[in-house]
Amino acid sequence: MAKLLPKRDAVIIGLGWTGSILAQQLTDAGLNVVAIERGPWRDTATDFNIAYMQDELRYAIRKELFLKPSVEAMTMRNTRSQTAMPMRDYGSFLPGDGVGGAGVHWNGHTWRFWSSDFSIHSHLAQRYGAAKMKGLMLQDWGVTWNEIEPSFDKFEYLCGISGKAGNLKGQIVPGGNPFESARSRDYPTPPMKMSYAPTLFAQKVREQGFHPFPTPSANLSTAYVNPLGVRMGQCTYCGFCERFACGNYSKASAQTTILPVLMKKPNFELRTECEVLKVNLSPDGRHAKSVTYIDAKGVEYEQPGDIVVICAYALMNVRMMLLSKIGTQYDPVTGQGTVGRNYCYQTGSGARMFFEGKHFNPFIGAGTLGQTMDDFNGDAFDHGPLDFVGGGGINCIVTNGRPISNRPTAPGSPRWGQGWKKATVEGYNSSMGFSAQGSSYPVRENYLDLDPTYTDRHGRPLLRVTFDFPDNDIRMSHFMSDQLEKIAKPFGAKITTVSRIKKGWDAVPYQSTHNTGGAVMGSDPRTSAVNKYLQSWDVPNVFVVGASAFAHNAGMNPTGTVGALAFWAAEAITTKYIKSPGALVPA
Amino acid sequence: MKRIFLAIAFAAVSTAASAADVGAGRYQSVLGDCEGCHGKNLAGGVELMTPFGKLVAPNITQDKDTGIGNYTAEDFRRAMKEGIAPGGKRLYPAMPYPAYARMSDADIAALWAYFRTIKPVRHVVDVNQLRFPFNLRFMMRGWNMLFFRPAPYVPDASKSAAWNRGAYIATGPAHCGTCHTSKSFFGADTGLALSGALLQGWFAPDLTGDRDAGLGGWSARDVVEYLKTGRNGHSIASGPMAEVVEHSTANMKGADLQAVAVYLKDLPPSAGNGGGASGVEAQMKSGAGIYRMNCAACHSFNGRGDSVLFPPLAGNALVRQAGAQTLVRVVLAGSKAVATPAAPTGPGMPSFAWKLNDEQVANVLTYIRNNWGNRAPAVSADEVAKIRARHGS
Repeated sequence: MAKLLPKRDAVIIGLGWTGSILAQQLTDAGLNVVAIERGPWRDTATDFNIAYMQDELRYAIRKELFLKPSVEAMTMRNTRSQTAMPMRDYGSFLPGDGVGGAGVHWNGHTWRFWSSDFSIHSHLAQRYGAAKMKGLMLQDWGVTWNEIEPSFDKFEYLCGISGKAGNLKGQIVPGGNPFESARSRDYPTPPMKMSYAPTLFAQKVREQGFHPFPTPSANLSTAYVNPLGVRMGQCTYCGFCERFACGNYSKASAQTTILPVLMKKPNFELRTECEVLKVNLSPDGRHAKSVTYIDAKGVEYEQPGDIVVICAYALMNVRMMLLSKIGTQYDPVTGQGTVGRNYCYQTGSGARMFFEGKHFNPFIGAGTLGQTMDDFNGDAFDHGPLDFVGGGGINCIVTNGRPISNRPTAPGSPRWGQGWKKATVEGYNSSMGFSAQGSSYPVRENYLDLDPTYTDRHGRPLLRVTFDFPDNDIRMSHFMSDQLEKIAKPFGAKITTVSRIKKGWDAVPYQSTHNTGGAVMGSDPRTSAVNKYLQSWDVPNVFVVGASAFAHNAGMNPTGTVGALAFWAAEAITTKYIKSPGALVPA
Repeated sequence: MKRIFLAIAFAAVSTAASAADVGAGRYQSVLGDCEGCHGKNLAGGVELMTPFGKLVAPNITQDKDTGIGNYTAEDFRRAMKEGIAPGGKRLYPAMPYPAYARMSDADIAALWAYFRTIKPVRHVVDVNQLRFPFNLRFMMRGWNMLFFRPAPYVPDASKSAAWNRGAYIATGPAHCGTCHTSKSFFGADTGLALSGALLQGWFAPDLTGDRDAGLGGWSARDVVEYLKTGRNGHSIASGPMAEVVEHSTANMKGADLQAVAVYLKDLPPSAGNGGGASGVEAQMKSGAGIYRMNCAACHSFNGRGDSVLFPPLAGNALVRQAGAQTLVRVVLAGSKAVATPAAPTGPGMPSFAWKLNDEQVANVLTYIRNNWGNRAPAVSADEVAKIRARHGS
């Protein structure tokens, strides 16, 4: 029997990026908030010690900051005809755990999805006709660019993002990204200083008529004081971002931007190492009463709340909804149901060039130290004559110049022994790469549901991921690989290799922790799990915040848009919902 | 009817007056940092390690059995200003009555009015855990006779009102000298006031106008910013000063901080820190390498730190104190800076005890203390070893 606790105004499940933003905004509005976090407390001063944070074995290989499959595993398969099996180790993607979530160990690429993403169906239908999207479940997000832009601005200024505007209130600014949607003001801090590889990349692609610009970075180019008064340091270009926490206070995370203020608020409480088992609904299933959680000692508690905000990782948000029966499971056969629908990923490919006589010093790096060109991203180019929709950002980023994992060797090099060692020495410093981060569009057969066989340590069904790269995305990605090849030619490298994606997603090698969808936002309750304010259509006092709300995934990293959606949902709760609790959009 | 009305009016006035007293008294407790030793609810329990053994701050809530609920206003005044509790019990000067003796009776009365409103907490504290013979309280009679010169603060007519207010706060309620003035073998103030002292393994820095170790390089504005926010362009508060900032100075009125700054900035320079190290080329060379590998990422190659977060080491008086105990301790054990509403981050310095040996710590500190224009005595590996042993790292 769970111990019943005093009621709070709002209960937040998970204290990562979105949970922290929601907690900050809701407590500012005077609500009494408790956040319940499955993982441990972590802060910079005690847990991200600068003296040992760059321990590659500990953090990158043994993955200390990531979710362990013993805590929560998933089953995975490519198609419905297969039996999904539980993964014994996370590989293709690496969810975070603990306070700060995956925002602790991210690279810091901070994009704004485009206006044409939020209204993707209308946009493509108008430009090419709806038939162009045949087989894809592309749909508008229900929120417009003008509505969401201020929330992007809030997230960028919270984080101190280093970048250069390309479209300031409709004016194209040279040196920035001309394809971005109009922004109300420039980035809070200037771009990072470029090292050799991105400098060369920018020069070579500019000569080819493209539009390179500094990748917007949450690794800060200068020290920064954010609107909450929290202070961040200047990035030291150590190159240990992905899979690592930042010991220098220079990568934006909940720890470096919000928690120092949030944790001192009298109307906020955090309970760590407490795992929410489910959200408890009223008998009619229309109202969330409380959440049940279990603490580290195995004691069960019931925490009532007027509002429940699900802020876990995208995949876990979907699982929490399914376990709690919030909304209806999506069925790929009938197309009915909304929870689990529009699961998307990322479709990547890369080029690596081996030179003679060039020294790139890749140990000078940062998660987002680099240049991007968006000439082939989204709908920045004419898809009329092409057999796909979507595209990708082409990024030249210098990071992860680490001794264990970063051993690029030219094709044909020995695979072991002295010859291999020699090849890695040459390859390390005289090669550079760039990659296409391709979009991922929803199809009927890619979805999330609960596994019928396998359960977690509490006996709850695991999440089942059914995913393969859709044919549209494969064609898009091959087009991107072709572009990489063309772009690489004028660099004059001795050897260039370009990867090409194949059908049959493999869950083992690392690819991307950009899992999106499953509880998507939209304006139609038949095709979306949450409305434009990320409020459950079915249980209006539940909000589900994160990349789970993405109706598709663009050729960009998701965190900027995740942060914007968090501010957007918080604003809806504090300015609309608490004044008049109930559905904010009539179903 | 009229009489009743008057009586009510009188009651209202009297309540209002006492509410004002309570407010003023609460502010006196901020100036005096009562919470620093007696705890957030003033029920005591904070341990003070003195050279004579352990003292535990007593319960000063209004609980009649375990606190000071039986005190009269006069009892309280005597304890504060004379160090004598009811029944003639002698207090130890860890309770800074030698400083509080300078406070005005009005301020003490206001503080008592506030204390009367403190919720009684039943909490028995074993206060006196000093070693024999220091645990014999009557000995303090002799100490008082020898060292205690109670005198109310007398304004210096030749100085400004702000200076006098600052001097009153710094030497009276805020009792800066309790840590920052060196103590004799008998635990009494000795040497130049506020010129720095070793206490509980921390070196409380020189606050005089000395340019190397003191506040000679700080403006009055720097002093105010430091006390208000816990940081400024020169330094950041950690260790015991972090607690002082958090509980006391961050909550002081702007005019009072300004006054303290005026007073401190007028203190004549101390005799200095003993000058720079010489003949330590090998230590400097080794220290430079260690600095690049371990320190420069935050404190930067030129020692200037980071404009908003990490303190500079170049020109930082804290690194140039005569005694390097605080520096050694911070390098070995790490430290977390204070977090205040104005500067909430509270950045941390990691522990290097596991990574640097005694010699390496000595070398890098000697380098830091004698580079970028800094001048201070060298640090020896023996000194580091002693501090490492004492703090168990």
